[in-house]
Amino acid sequence: MLWFSVFEAIVVRELLRFRYQTSRLVSAIVRPTLWLVAFSAGFQNVLGISITPPYQKYITYDVYMVPGLLAMVLLFQGMQSSLSLVFDREAGILRLLLTAPVPRWFVLFSKLVASAVLGVIQAYVFLAIAALLRVDMPPWAALTLTPALFLASFTLASVGLLLTVYVRRMENFAGTMNFVIFPAFFFSTALYPAWKVEESGVTWILWLITLNPFTAIVELLRFAAYNQFNMAAFAVTAGVGIVSFALAARGYDPQKGLLGRKARDDV
Amino acid sequence: MTAVAIRDLSKSYGRTKALDAVSFSVEPGEVAALLGLNGAGKSTLFQILTGLFVADAGSVAIFGHDLARAPIPALTAMGMVFQAAVLDVDLSVAQNLRFYAGLHGLRGKRADTEATAALGRFRIADLAGQKVRELSGGTRRKIEIARALMTRPPLLLLDEPSAGLDTQSRRDLVRDLVALAKDEGTAILWSTHLVDEVEAAAKVIVLHRGRVLADGTPAALAVQTNTATLEAAFLALTRAEPA
Repeated sequence: MLWFSVFEAIVVRELLRFRYQTSRLVSAIVRPTLWLVAFSAGFQNVLGISITPPYQKYITYDVYMVPGLLAMVLLFQGMQSSLSLVFDREAGILRLLLTAPVPRWFVLFSKLVASAVLGVIQAYVFLAIAALLRVDMPPWAALTLTPALFLASFTLASVGLLLTVYVRRMENFAGTMNFVIFPAFFFSTALYPAWKVEESGVTWILWLITLNPFTAIVELLRFAAYNQFNMAAFAVTAGVGIVSFALAARGYDPQKGLLGRKARDDV
Repeated sequence: MTAVAIRDLSKSYGRTKALDAVSFSVEPGEVAALLGLNGAGKSTLFQILTGLFVADAGSVAIFGHDLARAPIPALTAMGMVFQAAVLDVDLSVAQNLRFYAGLHGLRGKRADTEATAALGRFRIADLAGQKVRELSGGTRRKIEIARALMTRPPLLLLDEPSAGLDTQSRRDLVRDLVALAKDEGTAILWSTHLVDEVEAAAKVIVLHRGRVLADGTPAALAVQTNTATLEAAFLALTRAEPA
């Protein structure tokens, strides 16, 4: 009962804070929509995507972009939740969270689930907009995407949480976001399929794309939208999520992690 | 069962020894004041007591539970007020209180009842719906103390709780804390650098440069230092310490 109470308190607070930050909500939706409209309209005739799984037929570029943009929504939410955790740390609220009489990893886990929920909500808003813009999607995509979106959102929030162990100040964190978000997005299959890069012979980019966990997340969503389970993508996404969370929980442990060895006042 | 039993607690930050073999205890129903200048190590001690940091040596037992080995039962017994205000300014007073309540297993109607009672104790029950951002520093402090009392903890830790309060409010706070200890049997440990607050305490622990210089009633301290007032006693003790 106590554990559920703690979980509920943390999730409710995150939802309330999100509600009061309207600019965050608006930019979270405008950003991928802008990409979708501008890029797909512009690249419609530049990039043709020949038939490649999970697609059964020739698709237009806007269809190809959707999973990448969904992942972008989740990536921004994951980073945003970490930014708010760094803010909480600086504002002292993290201290309050850590005095709840439950294991520390559970407090962090609750924060991650809260972030995952927010990510999924935003993803669905974007999906609705994409549908309104007549992007071709399977009719049941919204349903088949649900578990994949939750997992992807959780993983990205985990990675964000891990970053907060090492990046202590908000100003630094905002900069770190740029180093994480854009490379993750650009060196993935969000904007173009891997074989296109292979065709052009730029091997080092191909390596980056293959090793980039964000690629796995995009592909997980891409296949899930077509009711297909991409095992490799799932394994990488889940693996990265679990490992990031474990490392982050360790980082926040005052007995073992970095937290206890920092200078005073630096929780 | 002793509420707080601290034995030989030490903590260093690099070469600075923030706490040096600190030992003292607080009994249930006792109001203990931790008196020290800025930089004496009071906040470090509180950070260790609340489980944020781990000491380098020594032990802390909260109602018999070793803080290092059984932190959860220890934390369950504590209510705490930190030195820096810890409130969500974008949320209302009630929302802040409900959040804290939830973190300690208090939900629904029970949480609301306790919140109203806690705010009422400081005569600010009418502020429940207000956004924290709109309230003054002194009021925010009262809210934080009320919040700590919501779970009716047997041990209350307050790190410089009177910071930002005017004279009257400070006096009211001390009076309310003493009443709390007497009525509910709450053990109270509060840190301050303001000597006048401490007169009402049952026990004063003087902390200076990480070391306990004195531990006893205000009267005993005056006798120990051969001075007339607590303030004189404190100054005598801290000046006597070599740099």
